[in-house]
Amino acid sequence: MADLLEFRNLKIEATSYPPGEPPRHVVLVDDVSVTVAKGKVLGLIGESGAGKSTIGLSAMAFGRGGVRLTGGQIMLNGRDLRQVDAAGLRAMRGHEVTYVAQSAAAAFNPAWRLMDQVIETCLQHKLMDRKAAETRAVELFRRLGLPNPETFGNRYPHQVSGGQLQRAMTAMALCPKPDLVIFDEPTTALDVTTQIEVLAAIKEAIHDTGVAALYITHDLAVVAQVADDILVLRGGKKVEYGSTDQIIHAPQQPYTKALVSVRSIEHVEKVFPDAVLTVQNVTARYRGTNFDVLKNVTVDVAAGQTLAVVGESGSGKSTLARVITGLLPAAQGRIQFAGRTLSADLAQRSKDDLRELQMIYQMADTAMNPRQTVGTIIGRPLEFYFGLKGEARRKRVQELLEQIEMGAGFIDRYPAELSGGQKQRVCIARALAAKPKVIICDEVTSALDPLVADGILKLLLDLQAREGVAYLFITHDLATVRAIADKIAVMHRGAVVRYGAKTDVLSPPFDDYTDLLLSSVPEMELGWLEGVLAGRRMESAGN
Amino acid sequence: MKMPLSAVIGLFMTGAFLFIALFAQWIAPYPIDSAVGKVWEGPSAQFWLGTDTIGRDILSRLIYGAQVTIFVALVSSLLSFGMGAFFGFLAATRGGWIDTGLSRLVDLMMAVPSLIVALVVLSVLPLNLIVLILVMGVLDSTRVFRLSRAVAVDITVMDYVEAARLRGERQSWIIFREILPNALSPLVAEFGLRFIFAVLFISTLSFLGLGIQPPETDWGGMVRENKDGLIYGKAAALMPAAAIAVLAISVNLVADWVLSRTSSLKGGRGG
Repeated sequence: MADLLEFRNLKIEATSYPPGEPPRHVVLVDDVSVTVAKGKVLGLIGESGAGKSTIGLSAMAFGRGGVRLTGGQIMLNGRDLRQVDAAGLRAMRGHEVTYVAQSAAAAFNPAWRLMDQVIETCLQHKLMDRKAAETRAVELFRRLGLPNPETFGNRYPHQVSGGQLQRAMTAMALCPKPDLVIFDEPTTALDVTTQIEVLAAIKEAIHDTGVAALYITHDLAVVAQVADDILVLRGGKKVEYGSTDQIIHAPQQPYTKALVSVRSIEHVEKVFPDAVLTVQNVTARYRGTNFDVLKNVTVDVAAGQTLAVVGESGSGKSTLARVITGLLPAAQGRIQFAGRTLSADLAQRSKDDLRELQMIYQMADTAMNPRQTVGTIIGRPLEFYFGLKGEARRKRVQELLEQIEMGAGFIDRYPAELSGGQKQRVCIARALAAKPKVIICDEVTSALDPLVADGILKLLLDLQAREGVAYLFITHDLATVRAIADKIAVMHRGAVVRYGAKTDVLSPPFDDYTDLLLSSVPEMELGWLEGVLAGRRMESAGN
Repeated sequence: MKMPLSAVIGLFMTGAFLFIALFAQWIAPYPIDSAVGKVWEGPSAQFWLGTDTIGRDILSRLIYGAQVTIFVALVSSLLSFGMGAFFGFLAATRGGWIDTGLSRLVDLMMAVPSLIVALVVLSVLPLNLIVLILVMGVLDSTRVFRLSRAVAVDITVMDYVEAARLRGERQSWIIFREILPNALSPLVAEFGLRFIFAVLFISTLSFLGLGIQPPETDWGGMVRENKDGLIYGKAAALMPAAAIAVLAISVNLVADWVLSRTSSLKGGRGG
């Protein structure tokens, strides 16, 4: 089959301007060559900073601010895009090549109806008249499984769900009948149960329209479902390139092997000693609303163990953390902590209550004051709770830095000078500094690359074994749950729908919601998507 | 980072103005209030910028005027920033009725043009430096309140402020250690701007006769004294006006540079 797109020795560079330093020259993509045949899907996979989005955008000869295509050729339909002039590129973009962005909510104009945005490129390029374009859009809405395809386009972006918006953007990309669609992490921001629907819709649409695609993601299990070939990238360089089958089952490079075997931490659940934190019949609502975000929630965290709270966005799992910390006082119910009853309101709690209950956040970036050094960030709890000052405090900070495997040299650095994983480690050290009994971990690994997240989870388990601290681990990621939990609480719409020891919760018989949740987690295996969908269709036919 | 040329010029000029203001007594060639020449003499080797309406040396008066103008503007700006930023941060961190109360009070004050308020208040109160500075500081603090509240509202929702609250930190730690360092860059830039407005404000008041009283003088007062000369083609009134303009520009050059420099540091992530 003829090659639609070919990168030949692609080189992409940029100039960065680090504050207080001379401008630095960076090579983002170095010597990458790959081809995409007509109607085939190429998966681009790698950690953040691997250059996968940069390569994806370069298929439209586009570079984000300051990014320059400096070497090699980008052959699309037999011509080199680097030689094409601005007018030629304008004619190509949105006609031959289209783009699906990660955040549909940010990519749609909230002031326009969906239909106008979906057919905009068709009209712009004069590919069809309004009527024909709308007919095609409705056809695509139907094919992508959107509700009421005839009237769907009349809605505004805020009137549809995140998963529907992502599918609407896919319709927008497919509308001008392009040769190539670039999917840039289209399902990353979605819940697992939504992700599977969008994934299935995208896969079907690609198959039906015979379009070729670049599928960019950091999740190997996802890309395994849609791609024919996979290109593994790291630091802008090609690591491995092969068929999906070969990459998944017979990876050659050590890095690919690490990616495939990620999340293979074995964690055997422990027997349950006494509970250190008990949440009894807690109901909570936000001020000024009459909707219960938490409904009669009862869970407990055993000393030195991990309770994982699992659920989709909006299930109330983060609200549970806010209620336990006292940021959102519970309307009803009690919270027992280390034998005492915790006051519902933060302001009424004693210093020891505060000290023994620490929290780690999802975004380490915003959880640390950018104007404080690591030494101050970790040292403040030491000074505040234990009165440590001067040399004694510095020494203890250095010990903590050793504990989180970072080394004492980081003490005078600012957060901006740390990597994502290191930032999260500093947050862990800040929580540990207070010598807590329980640490609430709110999605602490979701913003991190898989290999880095693995390191954080290992560290957390390690610290638990050494310090005997208990975790209340909030996450939407079931692979993380398997790796770290002793007990699991599954939350759905503010209520706990399933609760118990890990093996009990994760083994059948399941309730409907847990079943849906568990079966929606992508597995690194070819044909998994079809298997799950076929299974669900049979079930609904049987009912 | 290399300092841009505009910042070098601004810094040099601002420095020169401050130097002149600090050492006016030693720099000025003639005393402030003695007639040393004829009325409205043109620039000469003896009187570099000429003489004024009663024959006093304009250069000397400009130099003494710099002292008063800059001192009043600086102290009133500091006062307005101290008050405005403190209450702004307090409103942002406490929220609730404290926020509502302070914000509405400020709205009320801003609803009346500040020059009119100042004229009314100053015509009642005794005219001296302290009253002048207090009135200017309080009136200007409303603008600073609005800015610092807006900046702080964005910062208080950050996780690190929540972390400090959960740790049990007191209000003062949250305001001065968590919020202030992160709000500093817009505030510093705003300080440059507000300082200039203060210079213009005190000059306006003096021009209207409610500011600095003779025999002391400031640049606005000098424009007033010499404005009649304009009719006869004497440039004496333009000298203090030019001084105001040059000071305004040079302070702004510095403020611009501070803003661009610190805002690139702000957050600093991903950079």
